[in-house]
Amino acid sequence: MNVTININGKEYSDDVEPRLLLAHFIRENANLTGTHVGCDTTSCGACTVLVDDVPMKSCTMFAVQANGKTITTVEGLAQNGKLVPIQEGFHEKHGLQCGFCTPGMMLTSVAFLKKNPHPSEQEIRWAISGNLCRCTGYVNIVEAVKYAAEKMAEAQNG
Amino acid sequence: MIPAQFQYAAPASIPDALALLQSNPDAKILSGGQSLIPLMKFRLAQPAMIVDLNNIGGLDYLRDEGGWLKIGALTRESQLEDSALVREKYPLLYDTTLSVADPIVRNRATLAGNLAHADPANDHPATMLAYRAQVVATGAKGNRTIPIDDFFQGLFATSLASDEILTEVQIPAPKPRSGGAYMKMERKVGDFATAGVAVQLTLDAAGKVEYIGIGMTNVGLQALRAKRSEDALLGELPTAHFIERAGLFAQQDCDPNADLRGSVEYKRNLVRVLTMRALEKAVARAKGNG
Repeated sequence: MNVTININGKEYSDDVEPRLLLAHFIRENANLTGTHVGCDTTSCGACTVLVDDVPMKSCTMFAVQANGKTITTVEGLAQNGKLVPIQEGFHEKHGLQCGFCTPGMMLTSVAFLKKNPHPSEQEIRWAISGNLCRCTGYVNIVEAVKYAAEKMAEAQNG
Repeated sequence: MIPAQFQYAAPASIPDALALLQSNPDAKILSGGQSLIPLMKFRLAQPAMIVDLNNIGGLDYLRDEGGWLKIGALTRESQLEDSALVREKYPLLYDTTLSVADPIVRNRATLAGNLAHADPANDHPATMLAYRAQVVATGAKGNRTIPIDDFFQGLFATSLASDEILTEVQIPAPKPRSGGAYMKMERKVGDFATAGVAVQLTLDAAGKVEYIGIGMTNVGLQALRAKRSEDALLGELPTAHFIERAGLFAQQDCDPNADLRGSVEYKRNLVRVLTMRALEKAVARAKGNG
């Protein structure tokens, strides 16, 4: 089937089998390997991308279901080489060790902070509960999300 | 993991979807896909055809209408989670939704799919038993309404015909002095329940139980109604004595299997404790101390 998916502002068209998972389309057809496949069983959230601004596990969606939709992956976060607050937060607060979960963590956080710009620590932990980190780095990940929230609030207050 | 090959159709209307189901008896309906797609990846499910409902407009509603909360086939768990109506008037449904999988899965998963999939480990079936909800099945001949007690027919089985679509879930609006709660034991976020108990009840003006529904998750081949526990409380003041009796009946009447989550004895005891806790919380909520 022919699909056209807008990923990070660019259209990718291909003839794919219906069984092709969105995660594989992103990695292998669009060659955007920042989206990771971890557990491959809808648990770990490493494959999280934004589909029309909503975080979804791209290993649990078929590429044909994303036909005509707009997707943001980790490669679409920084603009003209300038990091967005969540990326800056992970950098400043050492929010990663191996980095495998980081793209999913950041995309979940971007959508979460849009919905809840001033979250408590408990709310942050709740929001990222579908993204697993195996380096046990949750303390710094939570710090990174807090950093991004503060940074975004500052920017808004000018 | 790559699923087996299948034909894919994403019709734009219910009649088109029904026509596809009629001409393809082996087709499976896809809504949120958060259970079906993993099963296909494990090749535990190998449907010849997928009929994807996601391109049908107008199925993602949540309506308070004529004494019922009506929920469409494509209403996502996250919509229930974000609804003030659900949070305030349907605390049992709210509790249950929050305990389904994790926040990202809930952005895609649907309540209707959770029921139609009929996994005894799913959380909503027990909750629908507690509410005495009903579902609307749409087929070529029109709609029929199925009471939830007639819906689940064992492991992954329902009374839906292969050419019917579960198009709406209907939950009766609770009367004043109602409360509900869902208690689930899970090893970690996103895990299936070791056991879960759903309670919905209404107290009369004198504080006696005038309505009660109790459902149990993952302690049988399908979600189970704790009938003797309900009977123990109906017409009584919900005192510690009767709550304890209800817990003991639930412990005896559930039918769990031993697995990695625990032994039969452990799960039965867990059901007793969860039943009592859910009852206590439901009573507190009915009295406005939720």
